[in-house]
Amino acid sequence: MSHLPAFAGNEGVAERALALLGGHVIDAAEAVGELTLLVQRDCIGLVLRTLRDTPDLAFEQLLDICGADYPERAERFEVNYHLLSLRHNRRIRVKVSTDEEAPVPSVTSLFPCAGWFERETWDCYGVYFEGNPDLRRILTDYGFEGHPFRKDFPLSGHVELRYSEEQGRVVYEPVTLKQDFRNFDFLSPWEGQWQLPGDEKAVADADGKDSAK
Amino acid sequence: MSDIDAPAAIPADAVEGQLIDPTLVQAGTQIQNYMINFGPQHPAAHGVLRLVMELDGELIERCDPHIGLLHRGTEKLIEYKTYLQALPYMDRLDYCSPMAMEHSYVLAIEKLLGVEVPRRAQVIRVLWAEIMRISNHILNTGAHAMDVGALTPILWLFAERERLYQFSERVSGARMHAAYFRPGGVHQDMPAGLAEDIRAWANGFPKVLDEVQGLVADNRIFKQRNVDIGVISAQDAIAWGFTGPCLRGSGIAWDLRKSQPYEIYADLEFDVPVGMNGDCYDRFMVRMEEMRQSLRIIEQCLNRLQHMEGEPIASLDRKLVPPSRGEMKRSMEALIHHFKLYTEGFKVPPGEVYVATESPKGEFGIYLVSDGTNKPYRCHIRATGMSHLQAMDYLCKGHMLADAPAVLGSLDIVFGEVDR
Repeated sequence: MSHLPAFAGNEGVAERALALLGGHVIDAAEAVGELTLLVQRDCIGLVLRTLRDTPDLAFEQLLDICGADYPERAERFEVNYHLLSLRHNRRIRVKVSTDEEAPVPSVTSLFPCAGWFERETWDCYGVYFEGNPDLRRILTDYGFEGHPFRKDFPLSGHVELRYSEEQGRVVYEPVTLKQDFRNFDFLSPWEGQWQLPGDEKAVADADGKDSAK
Repeated sequence: MSDIDAPAAIPADAVEGQLIDPTLVQAGTQIQNYMINFGPQHPAAHGVLRLVMELDGELIERCDPHIGLLHRGTEKLIEYKTYLQALPYMDRLDYCSPMAMEHSYVLAIEKLLGVEVPRRAQVIRVLWAEIMRISNHILNTGAHAMDVGALTPILWLFAERERLYQFSERVSGARMHAAYFRPGGVHQDMPAGLAEDIRAWANGFPKVLDEVQGLVADNRIFKQRNVDIGVISAQDAIAWGFTGPCLRGSGIAWDLRKSQPYEIYADLEFDVPVGMNGDCYDRFMVRMEEMRQSLRIIEQCLNRLQHMEGEPIASLDRKLVPPSRGEMKRSMEALIHHFKLYTEGFKVPPGEVYVATESPKGEFGIYLVSDGTNKPYRCHIRATGMSHLQAMDYLCKGHMLADAPAVLGSLDIVFGEVDR
């Protein structure tokens, strides 16, 4: 018996959601017991409303909205909506993808709690939510520039704070690191990797037989 | 000196109960609402909360919480650490119940890895999760009572809380930042005699709880400050993303330990207390009762542990859990495992999970994305307090300024977790 949280199975949920939302769902996948729907960005409001208001789905609680950054993708940002059905004891994750420009429709009119979650995603990733009445920054400082959770934002940030005796207030200055930022990479290169250092020479030789002779 | 000390002269024709003396207001004067900053350095703000309030006299018209003053970028920092190195960050989220924060995180890792955790480790985890619940509720109920004027409960309860810190120190070496739950089990076995001491404490604690509850439950001032203050209906509580005691205070019997049981909760006997009205008083009382239920769970865990002497406290998979110190000194294999686990760490198969547990404050979730390396690609923390605090405007609107600390106290906000 597993020690992980046990909830009702996902049997039929994906089929039901697909039947209701057919054209709007790009992909429905189940992995490690969790159901994920990838939907079209513009339809997120409709999707969440349908999931909430259909009695046999009844995902009535929006627990979380969070962003994720995949810079190598064409649409680099993912926005994840985690929903919970108290009635059926199930969870579902709904995803949309977007880039720096394309706005995601806000769901604040459906779920009042979405307001701060969207503000956080905007603050940390720079995903714009169209229709959010109060899309201010939330976690970072007043006047902060940039979106810190993007993968291309440095861990050390760009500015640091100190109290200035001369000016009698806290001032921002560019970050100066006494020691270079070190990011140790302990990944073993030989595990699961069949090309060892030097192997590329053998491949080059095999391709250009003339040079070997 | 004498100017300041002299009381303001009350006009002889002042009408009792009238807030503004009409003789002082000239015809055509505009009366405006005014804004105040509640915090960030306010003792009742429970940390660094800045509430920008618009007041009409003493009535709250609008309440805008400004959070993020304790933002440390935990989620970003975790992306640069191995799975094990990132674990102590969890303690620093809700520092009132550190091990409960670790719980979701280790379960998320274990779900991706697909490992089994030995039964004894599960019992120990549940035991400590419940000790954390009591520790958290002691702080919250004590501080809540203090915010509305009752100073005694927090003094009595903190003597008990100190005992819990000592237990935490004995089991993990740290009073607060325990880093005790590890992927695959727990870090160390409980030292000899600790189980008996916890049992002795648990036997004496209900008396303290009864005394505290006797002080405030029927107290006229306490009830005037809490009953029908900050009312939220069941439907609204769901819509605002309420979980934990705040949701149960509104009458919904939803507890992840019952509805989505993890570890050994399915085998344990305990009740889920619910409130009736969804006001501050109900949320307070739900927490008081939850402490009693936690004591029942603690007793059941201690009884089980008695029959589990010598069973492993963590998975025996040496590619995940490092060997014991003693083993390391004798076995080359163990030494290699130890070295590899504390430098490279373990790799987690690619995938994404969302795992939530019933932390003392409510649903505490971890959304973990792995790319197959030894570091999390993304670790989002679903903070319980975020959705609760967001409802401050809804809960406070139309209440008096003095009700704001009562509402805030009943929501159980800790900024380590809200700001992350």
